[in-house]
Amino acid sequence: MTWKRTADVVVVGGGVQGCSIAYNLAKLGVKDIVVLEKGSICSGSTGRCGAGIRAQWGTEMNCRFGLASVEKFEQLHEELGMDCGLNQSGYLMVAYKESEFQQLQKSMKLQNSLGIDTRIVSYAEAREICPGLSAADAVGFTFHNRDGHADPFLTTFAYMEAAKRLGVTFHRFTEVTDVKTVGGKIAGVVTTKGDIDAPVVVDAAGGYSQFIAKMAGVDIPNFSERHEILITEPVEAGVCPPMLMSFSGNYYIQQRPHGSIIGGCSPEGHPQDYEMGTSWDFLEMMSRTFVKLLPRTKGVRVVRQWSGLYNITPDKQPVLCEADNVRGFFLSCGYSGHGFMFAPISGELLAQKILGQDPWIAIDQLHYSRFERGDLLIEPAVV
Amino acid sequence: MSEKTNDIIICRCEEITLGEIREWIAKGYETFDELKRVLRVGMGPCQGRGCREMILREIAAKTGKPVADIHPGTFRPPAKPVKLAVLAEGGDK
Ligand SMILES: Cc1cc2nc3c(=O)[nH]c(=O)nc-3n(C[C@H](O)[C@H](O)[C@H](O)COP(=O)(O)OP(=O)(O)OC[C@H]3O[C@@H](n4cnc5c(N)ncnc54)[C@H](O)[C@@H]3O)c2cc1C
Ligand code: FES
Repeated sequence: MTWKRTADVVVVGGGVQGCSIAYNLAKLGVKDIVVLEKGSICSGSTGRCGAGIRAQWGTEMNCRFGLASVEKFEQLHEELGMDCGLNQSGYLMVAYKESEFQQLQKSMKLQNSLGIDTRIVSYAEAREICPGLSAADAVGFTFHNRDGHADPFLTTFAYMEAAKRLGVTFHRFTEVTDVKTVGGKIAGVVTTKGDIDAPVVVDAAGGYSQFIAKMAGVDIPNFSERHEILITEPVEAGVCPPMLMSFSGNYYIQQRPHGSIIGGCSPEGHPQDYEMGTSWDFLEMMSRTFVKLLPRTKGVRVVRQWSGLYNITPDKQPVLCEADNVRGFFLSCGYSGHGFMFAPISGELLAQKILGQDPWIAIDQLHYSRFERGDLLIEPAVV
Repeated sequence: MSEKTNDIIICRCEEITLGEIREWIAKGYETFDELKRVLRVGMGPCQGRGCREMILREIAAKTGKPVADIHPGTFRPPAKPVKLAVLAEGGDK
């Protein structure tokens, strides 16, 4: 592919965030956009994630982000011209502690006030939603039928293919090694393939976003933790129709449309060494959760386990803003365990911000200056 | 090559034909991992034992590189599928 030395916008990172931002910018009319990816598209956290999508959140902003994303996913196939593997059979939240159930109910009231039809379900009803569920020790459940999951690869590729049709250039196997600034403004990037001058650079480098920010002279407190996940062989549909999720139970489990079941949990300790290793501890703990919660999975075989990075901020909420000290440098990172589901909406809001428009959901709260001010966003429903 | 060869199933686990593989290589998905992500080839119960070699050869043919230079993609544990109940009991550490 030919190399052009200038661009209107350079996006660093070819994960779901970078691809969504590039697509949304192109859709708003920006002509010369280049996405730079050090590996192949979707080789970072996005291609390693659980790909759950939910509107069951505990703060107004996250509920609005969640609902907007659910609505976008519902029409993404049509908009992007490619099936994203959406499976909308709800999130069943399982509370094992009284205080946890009270919190779920509090969040539910907020959700209901914002147009999210979450409801409390009994154990009997939970077992209708998820036949074979064994959770007699649970205190209560909430359910929102529009939540679900999608295919992270197809979603990212759909954004990329739609962006390409609108003229966006993608360079794979191209690593950004420096970010150039002049007098408090962004000037461009240096890469392993050459330089590109650009007045706007977007940091969507996922687990590595803090390094890109540092190259630009922008200090963000983000760090990256390893989280593990596994997948089983495909089995008949209906073994786990909804996404099962519990904060205190420490798990999420879902069955993909092709039959494989995906599960993740967080054993103690998340190495911060940027190695995508896998552990026996995780495999054993997750398998125990599977057979306890869904006894009929006993004979189902695990076919793969892997890990990926959560890019984390002090309040586990994202950084979505323009840098104060380097104009033209925008950031979309720090999504912890929910950067896949938010990508359709965060990409659109950041594109609006880059073009000097008012994002239709306010994102001022997501500026990294909140960390210095000690103004953390307290979200009870985050992992 | 003929239409007929395009109908041959290369990945039996995921029922993916040679034609589909060629179509996505032509769109720029020219590494094994990229084809895996978009078509699920190599993600089936056999974990690519049945299709990896044929796909690598096809990538080599289409990109004009020797087969030996084509990256075989990422291998993920466990090497053999293991039952959840066995793993839950601690397996054979
Ligand atoms: C096990 C696990 C389960 C998860 N489950 C969910 C879930 O259920 N729902 C959900 O919403 N989220 C989930 N997440 C979180 C989600 O994966 C991330 O928040 C999301 O994928 C972030 O997208 P991204 O595009 O910012 O990052 P990435 O997909 O990591 O993309 C960033 C890209 O930048 C590239 N890059 C880095 N440095 C450079 C450089 N110097 N030059 C060029 N390119 C560079 C990387 O190679 C990478 O491809 C999960 C994560 C993990 C690990
Ligand atoms: S034949 Fe392709 S994964 Fe089994």
